[in-house]
Amino acid sequence: MLRFIARRLLQLIPILFGLSVLLFIWLRSLPGGPGRALLGERATPEAIEAINDQLGLNDSLLVQYGRFLGRVVQFNFGTSIQTGRPVTTEFLQRFPGTIELTAFAILFAVVIGIPLGYLAARRHGGALDSAAVVASLLGVTIPVFFLAYLLRFYFSVELNVFPGSGRQDVRIDATHPTGFFVLDGLLTREFDAALDAFAHLVLPGIALGTIPLAIIVRITRASVLDVVNEDYVRTAESKGLAASTIRRRHILRNAMLPVATTIGLQTGLLLSGAVLTETVFAFGGVGSFLADSIFARDYAVLQGFILILAVVYVLVNLLVDISYGLIDPRVRVR
Amino acid sequence: MIASTVVAVMAASACASSDREEPTGEGDQPTGGTLVFGAAGDPKVLDPTFASDGETFRVLRQLYEGLLASEEGSTELVPSLASDLPEISEDGLTYTFPLREGVKFHDGTDFNAEAVCFNFDRWYNFTGIAQNPGVTPYWQDVFGGFADTAEEFPSSFESCTAEDELTAVIQLTKVTSRFPAGLALPSFSISSPAALEEFDADNLTGEADAPTYPAYALEHPTGTGPFMLDNWDRANGEITIARYDEYWGETAGLDEIIFRTIPDGNTRKQELESGSIDGYDLVAPGDIPDLESQGFNVLTRDAFNILYLGINQGQFEGAAAAGINPALADIRVRQAIAHAIDRESLVTSQLPEGATVATQFMPDTVDGWSDAVTEYAYDPDLSRQLLEEAGAAGTTLKFYYPTDVSRPYMPDPGAIFEVMSQNLKDVGFVIEPTALPWNPDYLEATANGLADIHLLGWTGDYNDAYNFIGTFFDAKAGGIAKLDFGGYVNQELFDAFAAADSEPDPAARVSLYEDLNVQIMDFLPAVPISHSPPALVVAEGVEGLVPSPLTSEDFSTVTLNK
Repeated sequence: MLRFIARRLLQLIPILFGLSVLLFIWLRSLPGGPGRALLGERATPEAIEAINDQLGLNDSLLVQYGRFLGRVVQFNFGTSIQTGRPVTTEFLQRFPGTIELTAFAILFAVVIGIPLGYLAARRHGGALDSAAVVASLLGVTIPVFFLAYLLRFYFSVELNVFPGSGRQDVRIDATHPTGFFVLDGLLTREFDAALDAFAHLVLPGIALGTIPLAIIVRITRASVLDVVNEDYVRTAESKGLAASTIRRRHILRNAMLPVATTIGLQTGLLLSGAVLTETVFAFGGVGSFLADSIFARDYAVLQGFILILAVVYVLVNLLVDISYGLIDPRVRVR
Repeated sequence: MIASTVVAVMAASACASSDREEPTGEGDQPTGGTLVFGAAGDPKVLDPTFASDGETFRVLRQLYEGLLASEEGSTELVPSLASDLPEISEDGLTYTFPLREGVKFHDGTDFNAEAVCFNFDRWYNFTGIAQNPGVTPYWQDVFGGFADTAEEFPSSFESCTAEDELTAVIQLTKVTSRFPAGLALPSFSISSPAALEEFDADNLTGEADAPTYPAYALEHPTGTGPFMLDNWDRANGEITIARYDEYWGETAGLDEIIFRTIPDGNTRKQELESGSIDGYDLVAPGDIPDLESQGFNVLTRDAFNILYLGINQGQFEGAAAAGINPALADIRVRQAIAHAIDRESLVTSQLPEGATVATQFMPDTVDGWSDAVTEYAYDPDLSRQLLEEAGAAGTTLKFYYPTDVSRPYMPDPGAIFEVMSQNLKDVGFVIEPTALPWNPDYLEATANGLADIHLLGWTGDYNDAYNFIGTFFDAKAGGIAKLDFGGYVNQELFDAFAAADSEPDPAARVSLYEDLNVQIMDFLPAVPISHSPPALVVAEGVEGLVPSPLTSEDFSTVTLNK
């Protein structure tokens, strides 16, 4: 097991190296540079030249890459040209928000998706099954920004039950020792702040969780359908085992492998920045900042954030691989 | 289980929101309350001299003051920390500013002539990264270079002398129309010298490709304004400022203002409707009727901007390689474009109420606007005739326009493009459209002279004709015009700019700019289209906010009456 983990972590090195080269080339092939982005309409050619000079962008690509790599191995990703602060600081301040939002979205998707997918499979061809299939198709196809406006219109503007943007009410003066607002409220015993932060997760969490929910429903349904027709299920049934035992031990457990993979992939995806959701809900996470950084041609932030997120993505998938062994002892990690 | 949890959270959050709606006052003494304002972007930095964008200026205008300001609700230059407008010497090079008495910075130190000169000397003596045009754009726009760049980039600033406690004298090396008008910009706000030193304000560090702002610019802005910084939560896009009780003028009506960044325009609107914010800026013209019908108060600013259709005359090296249509160097073809566009219908159909057709490249509120310019009425027949004469009938124009952007002067570029494009096709032009994301792609392409014609505009920084027409049409580096307009060389025009900019007598200068506008409209390097009034909106009960044409609203006059 340890050797497996060590090997997977070692694989990170070539992945990160390759990614950093690709990123570097991609960023510098975008039209316009930080100078233009920074100055906008007020840019003059001399000003852009001076900025490029100062940012070292007139050096050869190889020199620039060498300088970048030299810093990265010391865990220094440089400074954001948008805020003038270190990239790692920007990341650490924004990542807890993204984690909270992802956790809510995935929990929402799992808690509703697995039972719904299971029931749809067990009532295969019935009304619930058709409804689940259609709804999950809708869930995948509905644009996030449209869903965001709908949710906000009904639950925030009309009913006024959930806040429509941000991570916490600006009028609440809460302390944030960890940056995880819900957890912070619990730790500091400011329960109203924790509740408020949780309420702020609901609408963006649902908007973000819709796609994973739809995928989980479909995968669970397909996987359960596969399993129920297996011989061992029929054997268990003919042995006269209790239905609940069959469901728990034989069907769900076996059907969960592909679902676990899906959950892992989706978690990794959501963690690497829910750009649209964070932007339309003005939610302070890594996604909205990444989007801003593309338009600002903030090379340092783009390089730093994407590399860190790649590590996160690989780690999440490593956890999924490890969880296989727990779900199905036949799967031995080697 | 899920349902009950959701219901519990809904109930609890409803409680939380009803808690929040209770007045924050204690006992019988009502307090000013907190205003939450939705901004479209984060402020960049809180040291005024390093600031240049509207979102940053909005916050800085509450924290700081300069010697001069624009009068509330207009573009008129008025004294602010100066007690009167400066006395100007005959040669236009010496400005004597009498200063306001009894003003204290937020850190309790005194404002006086020494503090004024400390600031001017600081700006003039910037070195290294601070000389970057992206870092100190407005110093360089108004004053040019720095103490140690006298050779290659001279400055119009010579010195600042504290004649006595309350008199500061600023000496210039040459006359420029940008001074003193430019002093109304927040970039020339006066900071506390003690705080500048304590928080290391000049220490822009980091490697060349990674500049880092010092503590003063990020955490300790210290001015004399009616509000002071309370907290800046950058990860969540929230900046809180609190009333400064020792303010020399009338103290602010509000206890606190929170500026919240909400980049998406629809989200800002919905957040206002749900009561989470009390107002926001950059209202989409299409939303105005809906907002008004719901009882919100839409405040329309006087238009201080220009939308134009840029024309590339293809005079720069590489223009032919870029495929620029050589016919545009012919004045008759440019006139044909101007006569082809139905600007009246465009303004009525595509721009917000109150927008007007532009006859020249500045609004009539700027000194130097002329009523004697050549006007180009909508006349398709004349347009076809001009094209025929120039032998350019059926010529192709690469027409660039931006996507994903709404500017105060151009709420919906795509729709404006459609209308103009049809107008031009009607007289026989062939249109080849190119749409690009606004920044940096579009701005980069137009600035590199890749478009035959393109949509662009400008919002004025202060009341100065050069800030409009000089920015567009004066000679740039290499003695040629911007590549946007094809890098033309019109020496007569360039000389007229130089003469107007260096004219010390204000009245004579205005008349020189009037002549310049006539000259420009005859030369027609672009077609002026329109001036549009941008709007902001506040909830019912938010009173006393006066819309400013320069978008420099002063929030100290605001009170909450809910």
